[in-house]
Amino acid sequence: MADMLRPLTALGGHAPAELAVGLLIVTERFDVALASVAARRGRMADLARAVVKTGLPLPEAGRHAAGTPYSAFWVAPEMWFVEAPFATHEGIAGMLKGALGDAASVTEQTDAWVALDLAAPDLAPILERLSNVDLRAAPDGFATRTVIEHLGCYLIRHGAGNVRLYGPRSSAKSLIHAIEGAATATF
Amino acid sequence: MIINHPILGPRDAQEFVYLGDAALMGRPDGMTAGIEEFHDWLYNRDNPAGEHRELWYHEQGDRSWLVVTRNTVTHEILKVELARDVARAMGRAK
Repeated sequence: MADMLRPLTALGGHAPAELAVGLLIVTERFDVALASVAARRGRMADLARAVVKTGLPLPEAGRHAAGTPYSAFWVAPEMWFVEAPFATHEGIAGMLKGALGDAASVTEQTDAWVALDLAAPDLAPILERLSNVDLRAAPDGFATRTVIEHLGCYLIRHGAGNVRLYGPRSSAKSLIHAIEGAATATF
Repeated sequence: MIINHPILGPRDAQEFVYLGDAALMGRPDGMTAGIEEFHDWLYNRDNPAGEHRELWYHEQGDRSWLVVTRNTVTHEILKVELARDVARAMGRAK
């Protein structure tokens, strides 16, 4: 029985999927814990004080900030998504809640998303087929919400050939299918 | 059509949802304003050929509400503000 209950990744495997189409390599990540942090009304100053001790970066609009253990990217005014290593921060929401108190509302997000790392010499031709994002004009550390294959996704540019995507987990296979299609058309 | 989002810069209108006349923000108090005023707010809309203040919601972005001043004849966008700032300027608390 126990071996029938092995956890599955978002794409349905026992191990994270890795897929190559032409020059594009897509790697599924399941070692990232996620939570959202939103300042409560009128409490932004308290939140800004609390994150200093926690080592949690709160980047400005449209940006990602890397840190250890917490990285974060902006999603809405006074709201951020926080990333941390899953191995040490599986209970990320509880840990952040403990650190931030009632200055912010924290929501567990880990299992709501599929995390995909996209790597290619140049991702712009693929992403311009998939979304509105102008990857060429965007600087490194750019983070935005966008639509790919009718799915609301978060896109973070770490480099011209290095992008992290967060898509809705229950549509992970549709998202991969769209990426495969765009990569096939590109290469 | 490109909407110049006050926080995020130019974004395609495809990312937004149109939510009607910005006059909807000024809902009268149903308990003190008369029935006529409330009826007017709820059912009556101007349909100008020209400048129009509209509510747009950045659904596929940061979920902010915007007040967009747009020319309905030419689709030229004259001004984009955060609805929150407009509401505060109207004297609302949030």
